[in-house]
Amino acid sequence: MANNAWPFGMNSTAAEIKETTKLGGLPVTRWAAYPALAFSLLFFVVPFLIMVAVSFWQRVYGRLEATWTTANYEKFFSKSYLVEALFNSIEVTVTTTLISILVAYPLAYILAHKVPPRWQRVILLLTILPFWTAYVVRSYSWLLVLSDNGIINSTLISIGLISEPLHLAYTRGATILGFVHFFTMLLTLTIYASLIQIPQNYRHAAADLGASPLQVFLRITLPLSIPGVAVGAFLTFVITIGDYITPQILGGNTEVLIPQAIMLQVSRSANFPMASVMSIALMVVVTGVYLAFSRHLKMDRV
Amino acid sequence: MKHIRKSPLSSLNRREFLATTSAAVAAGTMLPAAARAEGELNVLVWCDHADAKLLQPFEAEHGVTINAKTYEGTGTALSILEQSAPGDWDVIVIDAPDVPRVAGLGILEELPADVAPWDDIFPELRDAPYTHVDGKSYAIPEKFGYYGFCYNKSVVDPADASRGDIAWNDKYSGRIGVYDYYFPVLQMIGMSMGLKPADIQMSDLAGIRERLLAMKPNVKMVGDIVSVQNALVTGSVDVIVGGAEFAVSNLIPTNPDLDWTISDDGGLIWNQGIGVLADSNRKDLAMQFVQWILSSKGQGLLATSDCFWAMPANSTAELSDDAKANLRWDDQPGFLAKSHVSLLPDAEMDAEMLDIWTEFLQS
Repeated sequence: MANNAWPFGMNSTAAEIKETTKLGGLPVTRWAAYPALAFSLLFFVVPFLIMVAVSFWQRVYGRLEATWTTANYEKFFSKSYLVEALFNSIEVTVTTTLISILVAYPLAYILAHKVPPRWQRVILLLTILPFWTAYVVRSYSWLLVLSDNGIINSTLISIGLISEPLHLAYTRGATILGFVHFFTMLLTLTIYASLIQIPQNYRHAAADLGASPLQVFLRITLPLSIPGVAVGAFLTFVITIGDYITPQILGGNTEVLIPQAIMLQVSRSANFPMASVMSIALMVVVTGVYLAFSRHLKMDRV
Repeated sequence: MKHIRKSPLSSLNRREFLATTSAAVAAGTMLPAAARAEGELNVLVWCDHADAKLLQPFEAEHGVTINAKTYEGTGTALSILEQSAPGDWDVIVIDAPDVPRVAGLGILEELPADVAPWDDIFPELRDAPYTHVDGKSYAIPEKFGYYGFCYNKSVVDPADASRGDIAWNDKYSGRIGVYDYYFPVLQMIGMSMGLKPADIQMSDLAGIRERLLAMKPNVKMVGDIVSVQNALVTGSVDVIVGGAEFAVSNLIPTNPDLDWTISDDGGLIWNQGIGVLADSNRKDLAMQFVQWILSSKGQGLLATSDCFWAMPANSTAELSDDAKANLRWDDQPGFLAKSHVSLLPDAEMDAEMLDIWTEFLQS
């Protein structure tokens, strides 16, 4: 949605806001924001501060003790397999995000520019169908496709292309495939929303001035659709890096990602201090990515 | 004189405030609304106790509703209890070797001797070192089995399956799945090295770690019960290390090629115990529920729960001949004779075992 069509858009001026937010003498924007602020304070800021505090505690003989020590941080950074879990998560997440963009962008582009408007809504609906199935069910379904006796191997063996099944399930590739299947849909939506906001006149003007279709795409369409890519990529990154289910089911625990390492600490020994340290490490990564993306994160363009 | 009204919260220190807040949140979110009403029993249990056919007879007889919350891992249970208000939970089912540790936290009620049919409980469970703590009972054995091997007998030689070293056998490289629970698997590895589980010391863990890491190249996947079952059924693996009757007994009727056994080194006995929480406000009802679970009828239903099958602790459990055959009822004397009870680690050793397991998964 274009900036000027949305009264509370991120780029609206203070005067515009002041002008449009008086309702019976009440400053609408101020009080309307309070519930969201209270929600964020109660369910994000407060829990986060508690988590930071707990990360300095210790679990001693089954009880949490406020010992105020950096021992958990020292342990995290001294155990290479724990640090490796963080790097594994980053690698899987970056790979997932890049592949999802590469798959989603052409789909969104075709939807926005090649499909008649009356069909766009139907195809968009079909595009988001995977969102309708439960996450766990979808992951287990992928196992039925990828397993040694699964659809892919059975088909390849039956047509004589392979004699032994390919080891597709319980690998990092399976985890990434499961993620890409889900996030391609999300990225398609954000990129599509961005593409249809670009006035057709821009592309026509460029073409009239002699630009080739490739030049039009590279100099007009792509730069103006970056906000949609950035928002989708950021959401993909944030959700993927914190996901536990997909790597647990499709990855088969053949490597540990940071959410799995956190769950091991919580479910096995209720070691919330150690789990808090890992969660903070995860948040540091997400915050860094947010800062890197922030220049392009224009939610009002999606 | 001006009176300053002091907030009730101001008398709480920070930790009390956090505890009160979290308890209030837990009370409002973790329990169904109906759970806070009278005539109900809140049980924190393993998934086998959530089976309607096990709960409904008790509910009908006592005119109560049972609210069952299932969990996996004692750590999860402890965190749920920590975040709940005192009295929220009445009954708990727990991994029996953890009973001394949890009883030490003071959250389990001491159980009267007459609540359990002790004479009918298999002696190996009745006399296990974790069944009584300083002569007192805090959780009664209710179901048991072994950590051993599940396998697909159409591709795995049964003789290989009962060898403790099958996980390192190159013949099955890439065909091994492992049950994702460090505690029994590390003990099984100790047994394959000639160690008796109960005697495993901190100093033995280095050798166990080395042997565990050497197993990884042969391992295709590591997963919870559902995941290893799925891997076995879909042919992704042929052997599950650490699995046994609890992983395949309910699959055998539809997958006759699946089977389970214990190692020639001996099986590792697991058992779950049922107890009453010290803060329960419905202790009489909770004790009656414990008695129902331990009754012959209740034991038969629990043993054949939809979630997973395993041997009932009560030798008088009502079971059909087919169910007994799947549970290897007649083999139990031999299995028990060559099996071991579990190690009782302290917190430090348990944490070290978890670290080794995490390293194994990452390797």
